[in-house]
Amino acid sequence: RDCLRPSIKVAGVKKSYREVIDVSWGDPHRAGVKPLSFVRQVLAACIYPQLMDGDKLMVDVKQRAQMLLRACPGGSVGSYCATAGVPEIVERVSEYITRRDGGVPSHPENIYISSGSQWALTNILKVLVNSEASPRTGVLTPVPCHSTTILSLMALGAEVVPYYLREEQGWALDVEELQRAWGSAKEVCNPVGLYVINPGNPAGYVQSRKSMQEVIRFAAEKRLFLLADEVYQDCVFGEETEFVSYKRALAEMGSPLSDTVELASFHTTSKGLMGECGLRAGYVELVNLDPAVMKHIYSLFSADSCAPVLGQFALDVMTNPPQPGDPSYPLYMKVDHFLFLIHRKAFTEFINSLPGFSCQPVEGGAFAFPRVFLPPKAIETAKELGMKPDTFYCMRLLEEAGVLSSPGSEYGQQEGTYHIRFCIMTPSEIMEEILRRLSTFHKRFMNEFS
Amino acid sequence: VSCGDPQRAGMRPISFVRQVIAVCLCPELLTEEIFPLDVRIRAQKLLEACDGQSVGSYTASSGLPHVRQTIAEFIMKRDGVPAYAENIFISSGAQRVFIKLLSGGEGQHQTGVLVPQPCPHTLLPVLDEAGVMAVPYRLIEEKNWAVDKSELHQALTTYRGRCELRAIYISNPGIPTGHLQDRKSIEEVIEFAAAERLMLLVDEVYQDSIYAPNREFISYKKVLFEMEKHLRDSVELVSFHSLSCAFVAECGLRAGYMEVVNIDSRVMHYVDTLLCTDINAPVTGQLALDLMLNPPKLGDPSYNTFAQETLLTQATLARNAQRALKLLNDLPGISCQPAKGGIYLYPHLDLPPEFRRQAKVRKGLEPVVFYCQMLLQEEGLITGPGQHDERTGSHHLRLCVLVPPDALDEVLYRLSTFHLRFVDSDVKSRK
Repeated sequence: RDCLRPSIKVAGVKKSYREVIDVSWGDPHRAGVKPLSFVRQVLAACIYPQLMDGDKLMVDVKQRAQMLLRACPGGSVGSYCATAGVPEIVERVSEYITRRDGGVPSHPENIYISSGSQWALTNILKVLVNSEASPRTGVLTPVPCHSTTILSLMALGAEVVPYYLREEQGWALDVEELQRAWGSAKEVCNPVGLYVINPGNPAGYVQSRKSMQEVIRFAAEKRLFLLADEVYQDCVFGEETEFVSYKRALAEMGSPLSDTVELASFHTTSKGLMGECGLRAGYVELVNLDPAVMKHIYSLFSADSCAPVLGQFALDVMTNPPQPGDPSYPLYMKVDHFLFLIHRKAFTEFINSLPGFSCQPVEGGAFAFPRVFLPPKAIETAKELGMKPDTFYCMRLLEEAGVLSSPGSEYGQQEGTYHIRFCIMTPSEIMEEILRRLSTFHKRFMNEFS
Repeated sequence: VSCGDPQRAGMRPISFVRQVIAVCLCPELLTEEIFPLDVRIRAQKLLEACDGQSVGSYTASSGLPHVRQTIAEFIMKRDGVPAYAENIFISSGAQRVFIKLLSGGEGQHQTGVLVPQPCPHTLLPVLDEAGVMAVPYRLIEEKNWAVDKSELHQALTTYRGRCELRAIYISNPGIPTGHLQDRKSIEEVIEFAAAERLMLLVDEVYQDSIYAPNREFISYKKVLFEMEKHLRDSVELVSFHSLSCAFVAECGLRAGYMEVVNIDSRVMHYVDTLLCTDINAPVTGQLALDLMLNPPKLGDPSYNTFAQETLLTQATLARNAQRALKLLNDLPGISCQPAKGGIYLYPHLDLPPEFRRQAKVRKGLEPVVFYCQMLLQEEGLITGPGQHDERTGSHHLRLCVLVPPDALDEVLYRLSTFHLRFVDSDVKSRK
């Protein structure tokens, strides 16, 4: 993505579009989604409590802001707070998890609020990865996978062990593939962790309960620590799909698995309807970890002071949104949530209608990850320019149509295949514009290189 | 009062900062006339600098370009030396990134970083976690905690062969000592770093809180740029500043920046990549940095309130430091160097041998930790145990004095009550 950015700044060249549509990030606000009023009003009231004087704000906004401020040392968002997060908020997050999982108990002491889920993931990886070990610590990671986790693993000196998701089966996670990956890994490293993304990023799959149970059994058998990146759990749209957390799936499998499989699940305020990527808040919930390890994890998190307080407040709202009967409830529910349901279908259907594109159904997450069948001439041209073929496509799409997407090579893909990732969590008008521009561009591109 | 968290202690935030951030969070407030015009104009400008015009969007890992530019302009104005946005990186925890960069090696090739003794209590865990050896150089208490060249050399020789020294860390104003380096002292450290080919990691987070009369903060960068050319062009320097400083004191917003000087661009590429895994510093924090370093000016509607608030904090800090210093020095068995800046006092405690023995043998604790525990239990006052100096065997206490004046009254009352009782019981037990 960084190599594409400079071309936006080329001035003085006439384009067919007025502005670039950036759907290369998993960043709803950047893509045009408006922030949720309730959250923003609560945060504004917390940072400037004088706003609560008078009647500008609804009663439930004020009540929430006051409760949150009372929970902070010094009654201010400007103070440091406890390492794992403001205790009242941690408590409320654990209650949310219990509710979400149909009653499977969650305990506050197993939860750490952090500056975004990646930060928490890095801390947990620090516990798993021995950077000085030989053979190196290995973590099984999906292909495709978003790049930040890969970078973190590499920075820690871990071996990234890829397991390929089955595109033709809607990007399903196949246990046989896990077995193959694990088998080949054993020769070069010591596999210790299994990282799964559910719902997927960049591919928009949502695992079935059955698939998750297979993964859990595999992790138990190979004694792998399960790292479940569940940040898109609030973006599940398929009619027959529902999100089941790994924690719940594990608990429902009963003893001995439910007492022994070690699991870390991650969530964040950055995704979903809130899309508050810039506030930096997420959490990790740890299951079945040895108390001595938990103690060490506490020290790791302590080194970072705490997660930003405003982010923690946003997390509180995410896990405890306005309820029916609350004054803010109608506005909160007026979110164009349902548009996304339509979009993902509209997008996949449209893209599948374009020759040279094939897109698996998007059941969850914020992205579509269609496969593009690039003509040999295009691949040649890309090579001559020293670019990966899908990067070349994205570059042209940006230059000629003003749509910024990200190439599949950033996420990993089967050799010889090419994909493009688009964030589809955008308002309708923008989605229509994207499809219009993409269609015009794609036909021209395929023509040029036929 | 063990940590630097003024707002926890009741110090009021700066209104301008809070108002602008509130409007940025809730842009409907841009039309609210309860907010002064300059607040609204600034909020508008900052929102335009954010992708999606929202504080909820990701930013580049190195920070919003607009804010990096503001920081560069602040530095230029402060130092009269050019500063460039591309050498400035905004992050929540910049020090960690640099230390990570330096870390590596095992055994005698393990990276070592020279750290002052005493140093900020949060620094040692960071080094430890990165697998870096902390190589202490003593600051000279009797000289107001000055940096001493012979101590630097002593540290070098002692640790030669035990690790590979790559950098020297220093804080100015000193944390927790409150020492303020003059130009000559800074030059000595720079020359030392140049001679030993060490990277300079300079923590200047309390640069805005100097209260000693006739003393001024001068940055390492400015001093460096006024030295010989060969030093100017080669000494590798990274300086840090933060929102968690004295006046704005927004510790909960979690943002700071580092400015790098003379670091190879290929290395900077790695820094940028390392920063990527942290995604970005919280946007509200980044915006607050802009407000902190480009505050209201004379003539702006918010200026008067802003000036009053900062003057009040400044005055509170200076008065508190003076009062606390006097009280501490009047207590038997406590002596405290006068601090020139920063928000801490670091008094020396004479702990009697019997007490020290009790602490170690009966409680398994460092004596000063035991002292702090007792102080907490008996008077409900949390203080910070200072770093134990093995060579001199001395003990210190760390106190944050940037608290509201009546809170300070209470702190001093409880401390003196406890300490007098402590001294008394020791005298009695010896009789």
